[in-house]
Amino acid sequence: MKGISKLKSGLKKLFLVLFFTPLSVMADWALNMREGATPISQEIYNLHMVTLWVVTIIGILVFGVMFWSIFHHRKSKGVKAAKFSHSTTVEIIWTIIPTVIIISLAIPATKLLIKMDDTSEAAITIKATGSQWKWKYDYLDGVGEGLTFYSNLDKDSKEVSQRDSGLDPMESENYLLDVDEPIVLPINTKIRVLTTAQDVIHAWWVPDLGWKRDAIPGFINDNWAVIEKPGTYRGQCAEICGAGHGYMPIVVKAVSMDEYTEWVEDKKLAIAAAKNTSDIVLNMEELMTKGEAGYKAQCLVCHQANGEGIKGAFPALVKSPISTGKERRLEHIHQIIYGKNLMPALGHLSDVDIAAITTYERNAWGNNTGDIVQAKEVAEARKIPKK
Amino acid sequence: MSTLAHDDHHDHKPTGFKRWFFSTNHKDIGTLYLIFALIMFFVGGAMAMIIRAELFQPGLQFVDPQFYNSMVTVHALVMIFGAVMPAGVGLANWMIPLMIGAPDMALPRMNNMSFWILPFAFALLLSTLFMDGGAPAGGWTMYPPLVLQTGNAFPFLIFAVHFLGISSIMGAINIIATVFNMRAPGMTLMKMPLFVWTWVITSFLLIASMPVLAGGVTMLLTDKYFGTSFFDAAGGGDPVLFQHVFWFFGHPEVYILALPAFGVVSQIIPTFSRKPLFGYASMVYATASIAILSFFVWAHHMFTVGLPIKGELFFMYATMLIAVPTGVKVFNWIATMWKGSMTFETPMLFAIAFVILFTIGGFSGLMLGITPVDFQYHDTYFVVAHFHYVLLTGAIFALMGAAYYWLPKWTGFMYDERLGKIHFWLSLISSNVLFFPQHFLGLAGMPRRIPDYNIQFADFNMISSIGGFAYGISQLLFVYIVIKCAMGGKKAKALSWEGAKGLEWSVPSPAPFHTFETPPKLTKEMLEH
Repeated sequence: MKGISKLKSGLKKLFLVLFFTPLSVMADWALNMREGATPISQEIYNLHMVTLWVVTIIGILVFGVMFWSIFHHRKSKGVKAAKFSHSTTVEIIWTIIPTVIIISLAIPATKLLIKMDDTSEAAITIKATGSQWKWKYDYLDGVGEGLTFYSNLDKDSKEVSQRDSGLDPMESENYLLDVDEPIVLPINTKIRVLTTAQDVIHAWWVPDLGWKRDAIPGFINDNWAVIEKPGTYRGQCAEICGAGHGYMPIVVKAVSMDEYTEWVEDKKLAIAAAKNTSDIVLNMEELMTKGEAGYKAQCLVCHQANGEGIKGAFPALVKSPISTGKERRLEHIHQIIYGKNLMPALGHLSDVDIAAITTYERNAWGNNTGDIVQAKEVAEARKIPKK
Repeated sequence: MSTLAHDDHHDHKPTGFKRWFFSTNHKDIGTLYLIFALIMFFVGGAMAMIIRAELFQPGLQFVDPQFYNSMVTVHALVMIFGAVMPAGVGLANWMIPLMIGAPDMALPRMNNMSFWILPFAFALLLSTLFMDGGAPAGGWTMYPPLVLQTGNAFPFLIFAVHFLGISSIMGAINIIATVFNMRAPGMTLMKMPLFVWTWVITSFLLIASMPVLAGGVTMLLTDKYFGTSFFDAAGGGDPVLFQHVFWFFGHPEVYILALPAFGVVSQIIPTFSRKPLFGYASMVYATASIAILSFFVWAHHMFTVGLPIKGELFFMYATMLIAVPTGVKVFNWIATMWKGSMTFETPMLFAIAFVILFTIGGFSGLMLGITPVDFQYHDTYFVVAHFHYVLLTGAIFALMGAAYYWLPKWTGFMYDERLGKIHFWLSLISSNVLFFPQHFLGLAGMPRRIPDYNIQFADFNMISSIGGFAYGISQLLFVYIVIKCAMGGKKAKALSWEGAKGLEWSVPSPAPFHTFETPPKLTKEMLEH
């Protein structure tokens, strides 16, 4: 029913768009490729436009001849059909002309491709690792070396994107294009981006950088960019990677080198602080609040907001033996830390986060075990090897 | 004419169950193929409607992401293997023996089997929709490791693909055997109608590429169940290897779908232009060159996997080269129309729309072939728009045109021309409303195969969905027209179209159950293209 009411509101909106939108607003509709923020993306845009014009002109000429014929050579105008059925000269001409055109397109394309292939002498190297369904970034080389963090879909988008959320995506500008932790990069610096993946193939794509590159488990690809304009650039995973494929965006913040250096220092401190959480003790209410947020960020795409999972694909947590059984607390914590089968390992989360998620899962949706898991217990569980 | 009267006299045929299930008659099997294809067209179409309904607005309204992915995956498999390919084979079955003056296909029992495999293969595939864990959802390209996460549906998917491959290969062998052995005296290879030529070449593509797909999916099967690691880097394998194997099949497959459409259009345009096909020989050579080149361009589907630059350059050049023979074909069609005496019945309308819209798909294809720019286009809605232009407004428009063109020969009645034209214009307008805005979506940065999207993509998605619903509904009109035509109407003459040439128009309409039991005597006029 909700679908139908949304459909109605959608139709109403369409009506408004079609009949009341001034042309100036229509012009804002993105029709074309973005010119982007790097010299390479600009060159790609130029080549795209050249090709587009070439095919448009060919189209106008060829279809023009065709329509001229359609309007003039018709039986209703009393035209008698001619008898000719070949002409070697014409056939040679229309083989040679397209050949010349494609060669003239291939030359700039070759030059550009060779330029894009040169990843040498990068000042900063980062590695983007795709997993279902988030990106992990490691700063491998240059200023910021050693930084490592995960980048998930932001909380707002996650809530709005739920099927029964009742929230209107039209009201959030960066819906599905925002993350909790963006990558920050300095401008006017050659940045090498390595891509790889943990589970299945993903693809790392920020249109303003001019390219996408597959992230393949077991292999490492590289590419590069020099961002010239400061700003926030958004992109998405571009290779189908499962249920959460539409929900793992990429956000790049390009800032001046000074700001970047400052960010690196802050980030290092923040990461260090987040690691030492094993001494934190929270009460049930605090754990449930924190756990719910953590669950939404990490678990919801598969196990669903109601904890029912998806039959046959993702197990339910409601009344499941692991999440309710008294003796299986450790197994529950271990499964979150180490993952199991299709479930990714979440051991990179802090002790307190894992404790909160475990507590939440053991008490939400009528599981009501009353179990409280504290960060210390998670820290202990990490020392015990996986069964 | 005495031979024809003779045919009529002996027009016995089995009835009921026996006629349709044990059939070895090329016309009945052709009919079965065509009806099956039409049913699958609506099954796949229903899935497309679900996709477009979900994408009508941002936010999730109707389905879960996993089910959405299943729809994307199964829609493609059903449309490619269930609708377009069987429709092409159905046309080949019906028309090739009639066009070359053969009494039937060379291997009639295998013909029966190659058809009857299909319903079982699709029963396997579609049964997965009702399984726990759902239907395959990794895309029709079945890339590992993602496809290996498929649940119980996985072996069903693999075996369905195996069966479809077996069916296609048998169909291809049959067509080659028929054309090379059963032409009427005087029907030399270079006298054959172009539709026959395109099917011969398509058959070779099928025989060369289908076993490669079968091998690839078998390796997936052993990776999942028997501990091999062909595609698993942790075991020394390579996930990209599958993509090479898949696209070595997949690119020729594109031409398996397109070449018969070229053939159909090459029959229709001369008929309604009342003028022989321009550049017959160059048409044959262009078709053959496209087919051969199709084996050397597969990696243009994989420009972003991280190929070495030499590989990327090679595949870019080879891909761009295909524009040349394709251009030759388009120019030939237009030169056929030039100075003709054209009329615009429904088949001609579909053929003209095919030439224009397939060419637009070709233009975006050329753009996609340019590697550095493809780094932007790849896996976006620009690609979705591209292949729907060549497959829907390309292949399917040609198949619709073929149906209108030969319906009088199949049923013995003329279809309702007015309704046919309405169907054409509805299809033309709605399919462009459906797919043209998808170019803009792709360029603006919308990836394909996502169930939900940012608000910047909202307007064009809504327009596209409206086009989609309109196209879907319009096709019901086609079913009505076909049924109406089969039930009766204006009687069709043997030569149903004034300008038509070729042997199929020398037999009565409807074509009797048995034709050309003795080889026809060919006149010079019949051999004109």
